[in-house]
Amino acid sequence: MKDHLAEIIIASTIFVIVSVMGFLAARWRRPDNMAHLNEWGLGGRSFGSWITWFLVGGDLYTAYTFVAVPALLFASGAGGFFAVPYTVIVYPMVFVVLLRLWSVSHRHGFVTPADFVRARSGSSTMALLVAITGIVATMPYIALQLVGIESVLKSMHVNPTWALIIAFAILAAYTYQSGLRAPALIAFVKDALIYLVIIVAVIYIPYKLGGWHKVFDAADTKFAKTNGTILNSANEWQYVTVAFGSALALFLYPHSVTGVLASRSRDTIKRNMSALPAYSLLLGLIALLGYMAIAAKTKPITDSAGKADNNTIVPQLFDQMFPHWFAGVAFAAVAIGALVPAAIMAIAAANLFTRNIYKEYIRKDASHAEEATVSKVASLVVKIGAVLVILLISPQFSIDLQLIGGVIILQTLPAVAVALYTNWLHRWGLVAGWIAGMGTGLWMLWYVPNAATKHAHFGGSNFALSHLFDPTSIGLNKATTVYAGFLAVVANLVVAIIVTLICKAASAPDGVDITRPDDYTADAGDAAPPAPPHQLAGDELPEPVPTA
Amino acid sequence: MVEPQTQPAPRSRSGAWHWLLVIPIVVPLLVFLFNAKDPYFLGFPRFYWLQLAFILLSVATTLVVYFLTRSGRAQR
Repeated sequence: MKDHLAEIIIASTIFVIVSVMGFLAARWRRPDNMAHLNEWGLGGRSFGSWITWFLVGGDLYTAYTFVAVPALLFASGAGGFFAVPYTVIVYPMVFVVLLRLWSVSHRHGFVTPADFVRARSGSSTMALLVAITGIVATMPYIALQLVGIESVLKSMHVNPTWALIIAFAILAAYTYQSGLRAPALIAFVKDALIYLVIIVAVIYIPYKLGGWHKVFDAADTKFAKTNGTILNSANEWQYVTVAFGSALALFLYPHSVTGVLASRSRDTIKRNMSALPAYSLLLGLIALLGYMAIAAKTKPITDSAGKADNNTIVPQLFDQMFPHWFAGVAFAAVAIGALVPAAIMAIAAANLFTRNIYKEYIRKDASHAEEATVSKVASLVVKIGAVLVILLISPQFSIDLQLIGGVIILQTLPAVAVALYTNWLHRWGLVAGWIAGMGTGLWMLWYVPNAATKHAHFGGSNFALSHLFDPTSIGLNKATTVYAGFLAVVANLVVAIIVTLICKAASAPDGVDITRPDDYTADAGDAAPPAPPHQLAGDELPEPVPTA
Repeated sequence: MVEPQTQPAPRSRSGAWHWLLVIPIVVPLLVFLFNAKDPYFLGFPRFYWLQLAFILLSVATTLVVYFLTRSGRAQR
């Protein structure tokens, strides 16, 4: 038995330092009045390029990603590398979209994506659907961050239950007090640690294993029965559609929007679209830790029933390869890596509840201070819920739910992303499309089994085309699978367009759009201009969001 | 003083540059480009090094578009 004491001491020390920072963050860039959702929930909408880079990077590349992506390569080979094209294409894809979202939110004071939907479509029903979709998709994501921490605790042989409760109680307390400033400040430490650990890992571990070719040779041997370490005809379409669909979905998640709206100006966002791919490089290298674990013959921890927990593969690899003290640093990096996104996600979900459910349906005349208080309490409830789900149900439950999360958040694409370009889609078309996308998405997910957990349904998001037609008839491999979310959002858009055409033909009343074309190009410092004498350039950009 | 909005023409020209962004969206999804092992580079099969190289393509394109569409107001 190895002694894990050094690891535990180093990791706990770093954790304590970070917790103190979280509480002190309330004083950082201190506002005149914290009792406002712009301050607690969006850090004063004032973050410049550097803070935004750390915040959004810390938000999107979560601890669970760092644990699960290498686990995927470890277990199934090349298919797991989809995370790289996914996070490469996402920034050029959302470049213009996020600028428009930032501008219109800046001009109108929107805090959540559902705020925008309410104003643009004039439909409180659609706004409520977007808010609920956002909350439901985010909740399991928060719970998954706990899975990331848990994998580290297991490798240090610490009782996960109490450690998890303590970690999340501290997280909940400083998020309550400091709001978005806490994760923004902690993100600096988190990312510095993660970069350090990964750079050391990708130099040191392959060196110890005898070079990168040894790493890839070991993986080739393990996956010799499929296509080795590249794709085959059965999974190449899945690879492309998962990467594309996940990229479409990423910035529909409420926590991604929170990070973007907290930035100061359009140029801040543009600079970040160029700088954030640095994290994609990091993620690509992290993914390859999965192959290193194969070459190092690392064994995942098995539970009492003898079932291997692949999520422990990265911590186990660190434990095996690094000296104790540096393994402690690495474990702290993963654990803190869970806290940043968990805090931002809880804030985003709380803001959705406050703005689009509480203020819309419970207290229409809630003051700014009341909104901030409701959000703070809601963020506590969200975190307690996440801990209970992990401890009382099972981690696998939230992993399955999170796969569904990507599919369902994608169904807000027409109401949020498409609507940033055009208000042509009728509000009833949007609602009908959402119902159709949600229905087909869940129907497809029902047919996805999971071989590893022996669940017959909801076992993943890769839908076999053979359920619909014979793929060989159009020249594809008969086992071809595609991303369910991708097909569902196509169904969503088709139904939205058809119902819109029907509504227009029947002269159904349009929703009232309170935004104006020049709202979508407004920048920091722009005063609200007088009524424009001509159409501004806002609508001339054609649709860059490809749909099929 | 902030200039009133008098630039519909320049904005539409800068808008056209956004089409450059299509390149780093489409290229990383063309499986036939990278789905092979040869040639190797620093021990990495093509599947891995080329997809990591696409990150540079994305960074370069977004940087070019940023410089061409910068608002030109006081920075920071």
